Parts: sequence; C-alpha cells; structure tokens
Amino acid sequence: MQLTVWTYEGPPHIGAMRVATAMKGLHYVLHAPQGDTYADLLFTMIERRDARPPVTYTTFQARDLGSDTAAIFKDAVAAAYERFRPEAMIVGASCTAELIQDDPGGLAKALALPIPVIPLDLPAYQKKENWGASETFYRLVRTLAAAVKPATPRETRRPLCNILGPTALGFRHRDDLVEIRKLLDALGIDVNVVAPLGASPADLGRLGEADFNVVLYPEIARAAGQHLKKTFGQPMVETVPIGVAATIRFVEEVATIAGVDPAPVLSGAPSRLPWYSRSVDSTYLTGKRVFIFGDATHALAAARVAATELGFKVVGLGSYAREFAREIRAEAALHGIEATITDDYLDVEAAIQASAAELVLGTQMERHIAKRLGLPCAVISAPIHVQDFPARHSPQMGFEGANVLFDTWVHPLMMGLEEHLLGMFREDSEFHADAAPSHLGPGHQAVPPPPARYDTHASGGQHGSPLLEGEGQGEVCGLSGDGPHLTPTLSFQEREPVAPHVEPSRMDEQPSSRGANPVANAGEERGSSSAAWAADAEKELKKIPFFVRGKARANTERFARERALPLITVETLYDAKAHFGR
Amino acid sequence: MNAHAPLTAFESERGLEIRQERGQRAVFCGLTGIVWLHRKIQDAFFLVVGSRTCAHLIQSAAGVMIFAEPRFATAIMDERDLAGLADMNDELDAVVGRLVARRPEIKLLFLVGSCPSEVIKLDLSRAAQRLSRSLAPDVRVLSYSGSGIETTFTQGEDACLASLVPEMPAEAAQAEPALLVVGALADVVEDQFARIFSEMGIGPVRFLPARRAGAMPPVGPNTRYLLAQPFLTEAARVLDERGATRLSAPFPLGAEGTTGWLRAAADAFGVGAERFATATAPGLRRAEQALAPYRAMLAQRRIFFFPDSQLEIPLARFLSREMGAELVEVGTPYLHRGHLDREMALLPRGTRIVEGQSLDDQMDRCRQARPDLTVCGLGLANPLEAEGLATKWSIELLFTPIQGYDQAGDLAELFARPLVRRTRLEV
Repeated sequence: MQLTVWTYEGPPHIGAMRVATAMKGLHYVLHAPQGDTYADLLFTMIERRDARPPVTYTTFQARDLGSDTAAIFKDAVAAAYERFRPEAMIVGASCTAELIQDDPGGLAKALALPIPVIPLDLPAYQKKENWGASETFYRLVRTLAAAVKPATPRETRRPLCNILGPTALGFRHRDDLVEIRKLLDALGIDVNVVAPLGASPADLGRLGEADFNVVLYPEIARAAGQHLKKTFGQPMVETVPIGVAATIRFVEEVATIAGVDPAPVLSGAPSRLPWYSRSVDSTYLTGKRVFIFGDATHALAAARVAATELGFKVVGLGSYAREFAREIRAEAALHGIEATITDDYLDVEAAIQASAAELVLGTQMERHIAKRLGLPCAVISAPIHVQDFPARHSPQMGFEGANVLFDTWVHPLMMGLEEHLLGMFREDSEFHADAAPSHLGPGHQAVPPPPARYDTHASGGQHGSPLLEGEGQGEVCGLSGDGPHLTPTLSFQEREPVAPHVEPSRMDEQPSSRGANPVANAGEERGSSSAAWAADAEKELKKIPFFVRGKARANTERFARERALPLITVETLYDAKAHFGR
Repeated sequence: MNAHAPLTAFESERGLEIRQERGQRAVFCGLTGIVWLHRKIQDAFFLVVGSRTCAHLIQSAAGVMIFAEPRFATAIMDERDLAGLADMNDELDAVVGRLVARRPEIKLLFLVGSCPSEVIKLDLSRAAQRLSRSLAPDVRVLSYSGSGIETTFTQGEDACLASLVPEMPAEAAQAEPALLVVGALADVVEDQFARIFSEMGIGPVRFLPARRAGAMPPVGPNTRYLLAQPFLTEAARVLDERGATRLSAPFPLGAEGTTGWLRAAADAFGVGAERFATATAPGLRRAEQALAPYRAMLAQRRIFFFPDSQLEIPLARFLSREMGAELVEVGTPYLHRGHLDREMALLPRGTRIVEGQSLDDQMDRCRQARPDLTVCGLGLANPLEAEGLATKWSIELLFTPIQGYDQAGDLAELFARPLVRRTRLEV
C-alpha cells in the first residue's frame, strides 16, 4: 500500500481510453463500476473535446455483484456494437472489474461480432497510464496491421512514412503533429498514416504500406514501432525532435532513411531560438540552475535544450516513467547529477529543494511545488491541466516548437528579474523590517517556510482561479522580493565550471530521504545545522538575491564544515564565494 | 443493460410520471464528496483506501485545490496487498501511522472505502476501530464507503455523516427540544439560517457536520432535525435510530423552498405566525427582488435534468414554480420518496421523473426534446453544447452557496448565465 497525495499517471485503462478517443471508428467497452465515467471529463473538459469519448462503461453497482456481472458486460458490448457500429472494438476491465475476473475478452468473443474485437489485459495494480496506452496501441497494431505492399513502386513516388504516437490528452500532440507534417512535407516525404490520433482501424490496416515509421512519443509508440520493424522491416526514427539540435538530427535521420536531401529544410535560420539565445539579452541565462522533471520524452529533451541551447545548468533531472529510467540516468550522468526516478511527488519536492534550483521545468505538479517554494517554473510535460491545452498553436517539436520553448522557459525568469529589481529599490525603506530574524515582514511575500511532508500551505491566496493562471507561458510563482538585495555583483550564481563536476555535489547534502522533515534544511532555514552564523554574516547573506541565496548558504556552510570553522563570519562568506566561484 | 423499465403511473394522484431506468450511468462516485467535506470539517483527514483510479478521480475532481490544502490522500493498493488480507491490515496501519505522525493536527481520520476495497471485502470498520484504539485519545478514526458500486456522488456525504452520527454525544436526559440542521452547508448559509432561527426564538440550533471534529452536536429523543440536503437517506436513518425526529419539509432552495423549510421548524417549535412572518419577511423581500430579473430569462424555458446529485427534484420545483420554467425530464440518481414527498407535491402535473439512468437512451430523449437548457455533468456538457444545446454543469450546484433567501438570486443566475452567454457570443 502506497500513500499517495498525487499520482503522476492515471491507471492503465486511462491510457487505453486515450488511444480509443484519439482514433475514429474504434469503440472501447470498459467493464467498470459506477463512477469511473469521471474519466470522460478529462477529455471533454481538460482537452475540451466536443464529443463523448467512444467508451461504453458497464457501470455495475453493488446490487449487480450478486447477479451476473458477466451478462451485464456482454449486453453492454452487444448494445455498443448496435448503437455505434464501430470498425473494431477494444474490451477490457478497470481496476475493480479486474478483481471480479469476468474475462471481458472471452465474453466479447462469445458474441461473435462481425468486427475485430481486441481484448486488453491491463494490470491495474502494477501498471499505469502510459503503459496502458502503449500496450493498447501495440495490440491494435499487432491485430490490425496487415502485410500490404505500397500501391506504387518506390521508384515512381515520394517516400512514405507513418507518424506514430500522438494520442488524445497528450501534451501538445495536436500542434507537434502540425510541425512534423510540415517538416516531412518540406523534405518531400508523404505521410501514410498518423496513429493513433485521427486514425481508424482501417488506417491501421494500411500501416504496412509505408517505407518507415516516425515514433514521436516513445512512451506510447515504441512498442508498436518495434513490432512494425520486426514484422514489416520498416525502419524506425525515434529521435524526438524537441529543441533545435534534436530537430536537426531528426531531419537528417529521416532524410537518410528516405533518401532525400535535408539541406533545403535546414538552410537559412529555421528557428529563432539560436539567435535569441545568443543575443546579449540572454547572457544572464548562463548557468541558471534548472530542475527538470516530467515524462521521459520531455524530460530528456528539456535537459538537452536547457544545457546546450539556453546555457542553463541542469541541477536536477528526473522522471516518473520507470520504463525509461536507464535513459534518464544516462542523461543525468552527463550533467554530473543523479537522476530522480520516482512517482512520489513529495520525493520530487524534496529533490527540488535540495537542488536549490532557480527555475523548475516540470509538470502541473511541479508548478505547484514551485509555487510553494517561490520558484519560477514552466510546464514541459503531462500531467497537465486545462491551461496547457491552449487554443493557439503551441508545439514543442520542430523549429517552431523551439521558438515556443524559448519564450515559455525564459518568460518566468524575465519576470523574476523584474521582481528582483523591485526588491532592490525597496531596500532603504524596508531595510529595518528585513533585519529582523523573520523574513516574513509586511509587504513581503517571502519564500514560504519549507513545507513538511503532507503539510499544507495555508495561504488561500496561493491558488487563484485555475482558469486565470498563465497559459503555459510559464509563470512566476510567488516571486517577490523577500528583502533588500545588493547589486548582482554580489551574486552567488555559479560560473559554468571549467571542468565538469568541480562544482560541489549537492547529493551528499540531500537530507536523508524520508525523515520527518526531509526538506526543511535544504532551503533558507538551515539555522542550527553545522557552523553557527554570526549576525553580520547572516545579514550579509540576506543581501544576496534570494533565488541564489539557498545555494550560497549551502556552499558557505559546506566550506565552513570542511574547515571545521566554528563560526561563519562575513569573511567566511566571501572566502566561500571565492572558493566556489563568483 | 439499457433495457427500458416500463413507464409507471406511480404517482398518479399527483400526476407525476415516474420512470425507473437501468443501464450505463454517467455519474460520479461517492468519493467526490471528499472534495467539499474536507473543507467543512477543518481538522478531519480523508484517507481513501483504493486504487490508482481513485487517486486519479480525486485529483481530477479537486483540480488544483489538492495542492492548497490536501487533507485527503489515497492509500493505493498494489499487488502485494491483494495477496492476503492480514498483510493488508498491517499495511494500512503503517500508512495511517505515517500519515498521523506527519499531520499531528488531524483529530479525525476517515478511512474511505472504494470499489476495490469493497469488492475484496477489506473490513475498514474493524480497521477504524483498531486504529481508533491505538491512536486514542489524539485521533478518532471512522470509516465509510464512497465506492461507486454503493454510492453516487452526494451519497458520499450521506455515508460520511451517517458514520459521524454514532459519534455524536447523547443529549442530556432532560434536554430542551433542540433543532439539528443536517447536511454540509456553506458557512455563510449556515450563519444566515442560524440568525433566522434565532429571530424566531428557536434554540438551541446545531449543525451536522460541525466545523470541527471535536464539536459534533449532541442528539437524542428531544432532537428535531431538518435535512438541508435531499441526499441524506442513511444519515436520517441513523439519526432516527438515536431517537431524533425528522421534520418533514421541502428543501431550502428558492424563496418558496426556504420558507417551507423554515416553517417546518417554526411549526415544530411552536413559533407563532406573526413572529414567523417578521423573521422571514426581510429575506423573502430580498429574494423576490433578486429573483425578478432572472424570471424573464428563465420563464417558459424548457429544462432537462440528467441525474447527478439528487438535488434535481428540488431544483426543478424551484425553476418551475418560482421562475416559470417548463420541465422536460427530471433525472435523479436515486429517489427517496419519503424525504422528497413535499417536493414532489409541488411539481407540476405531468412532470416526468426518471430514477436511475440509461445514458444513451436518455441522451436520445434529450436530443429529441431539444430543451432550452440541459443540466448535466461535465462529461456530457461540452458534447451537448457542440450539438447546439445550452447546458448548465451540475457539479457547480454543490460547490456554490445556493440555499436560503439570500442565495436565491445566485441560484437563478447559475441557470440564467449559460443562456445569457449564448445571447452575447457573436462568433
């Protein structure tokens, strides 16, 4: 039994529903108790779909358990077929129906419907949403994709590919698809089938006609892509084109497989990100400490973009996708850090605090962790809420996607600096108030005290109307001045280390994972730990811009500890600063 | 499945057509009640014992609020738990132990049963007793079921309140008659009612649930209770068992409902007609003033209710009698004929009430009728809007103060707003 305040992924049948809802002509009969229809509103409200998901639920109740739930299921399948006349059907059980073991597959088969009926076995007590989507898509492809030859010989036509992976309720899948289609078209490549999004079962039957497959979201479509590779010999492009470099790599790979020239697509300046990032206004982004968390696809891509295209320093990288833990760990190692592989958001919160990040790139949940910690943040991955299904074109992929990434990720930081400057100019009048031990003086919305696990942040004003929150533009989470700041010359922002990893590792300072208050000493309130702070040193520390102050405090205390200094003075503070860099 | 129950002339003397329907139901389960109950009882924590689906439901229903004050969580059962029951109780104890250690301010912990925990017959009431013993005196542990197989949406509140009733202290032997208002109301509404009862000279007046776990009101044979919500079947039953007497009343929605509801209390406590009129006159006047502008928008509008909360019948009564709307169909997940007796008497002849649901058939009827306004859940609202039907999403009626005189205008506005919006949008 696992104590869960928030779950990053839904149960696996939600994944199956994302595939069914993405497609046309496919119906899903789900053996589930009354109430599981809540899932409909993920699609009708969060994604704002204009039709009910193609899902029939048996919605059995307690009184039905005494009778024949199997008969209820069979009747539901028969009625759904009669009403919706789908080309194919998937049938399965939700977590509760799994316990009563009615065998949806066998029952549906007994009806001998004149369409393919594909049973899903989704172990709800072991697996989760993305696995469910992947498994469902794989089963569909395995059952429906037939060995068909292209209509015309390869020599007389343009190359043909399938795009695999976009689903309903996917983070920016709609717009990513537009960008990828644009790139492929510019390369002179035709798209055979896009699936699951927009495909019918008959379309899946034509998958074999393509020359190769593009897998956009490995979480969803890697298994299907591998199957097609094995069965039809279709090569698979699995480079996720998020970021400029990744998009270039993607274009080159696709061009090689298709036998076309990538140069026209890559010539000129297809994305504005490189120039924006090189322009002097972006210099202050150098070495910004960023914590990244999300699904594997987006977290990996974000780490690369952050480090190599925006010049950030990746101080935390993690994912809730255990299936991709190996890849995440490898990427984290490149940044000299240890990956956070967990689906417990309290662990993520602890890791973010321990990392002393200045920017958080994460999911809807990290947005709220960041809000509590007073950190700027932007959303890069599902799970997401309604504001991350925007009306405007907002891809993450391709060259336009890179433009979106630049704006979205930098936006909260720009705002952060503005807030910081406001803090500077309030210095004189508020100096005395801030000199008090508490940094929670009037007029300050300081970084709140680090929350204990399961503790709550009582301030009701923290959570305004969700509809009014920034629409994926990233946002500033409670970033207002918490005291007088000196000029940035006193900044403790680190230089990019000359050699990788000379920077002191934070991992050894991470509080012993799940203690009673594991995160309390990571932020500003280290108080009693290690050497004592002299009053004037404490005061001097307060002059450091607050978003790097946690790091400065940690470095100074580490410096003092290593030298067994009993008291941290102003001198120690600057000695540590000189030692660790800038 | 999906078979029509025959039309019956159950309420022929009132001219109501009451139909029962079985089939696919698009409703929330009782776990959803946690979303508002955890705010009402300020030192209670709700621990769902269930699956990842349950956790997903709660966070979807709670939206972003889960981060603001998460006084609820889910103990997600996994494969190991399903292997053997004894082990599972140990696991539960461990989860509760950790939870309580980290949230020392919790005084009342609800173990909330779910479909999976009910199906495997995990005995949460025994677990609650065991944990109550081990955590006494700091934390009291209760249990109830919010499972979809047993409860529909607001019935979760019913089950929760019913679990509280045995915890209520016994009233003193010679206690004077007391009024108990049952059902979670917005604090502002609760305070308004308290003032009106006080002006009528009724007292003591107490509310269930109380705002704090340690302050649950006493109950006994001298307690008269008024249901503030129509979905409190089980809570009423256990109150009856403790000797309390229910006052038959309509529900306090709209001016008429509120007056009828207050009058039931006034009659039971021997309040004279003049004093009653004095106490209610200002509220009635304000309600009338607030309702008037919406009447033009809602009169003759044809309204269709999908089943959701059991509030549908009182709402239909309000809309038809006070706003002049026409009722096409009034769906309700469950119809308690005793508690809704007074409401049904006020419905216009010929009103079609449908208890239960067969979703696709009901949607067919709705499409065919093309009502001016359809009251339904969030899974249906946008699809129906896309078909050109104006909708009012029903869950808002649980999250908004709508009871009493001073909310009557707000209640009407909730129904008028989607219609007004349609007239404004030019794209």
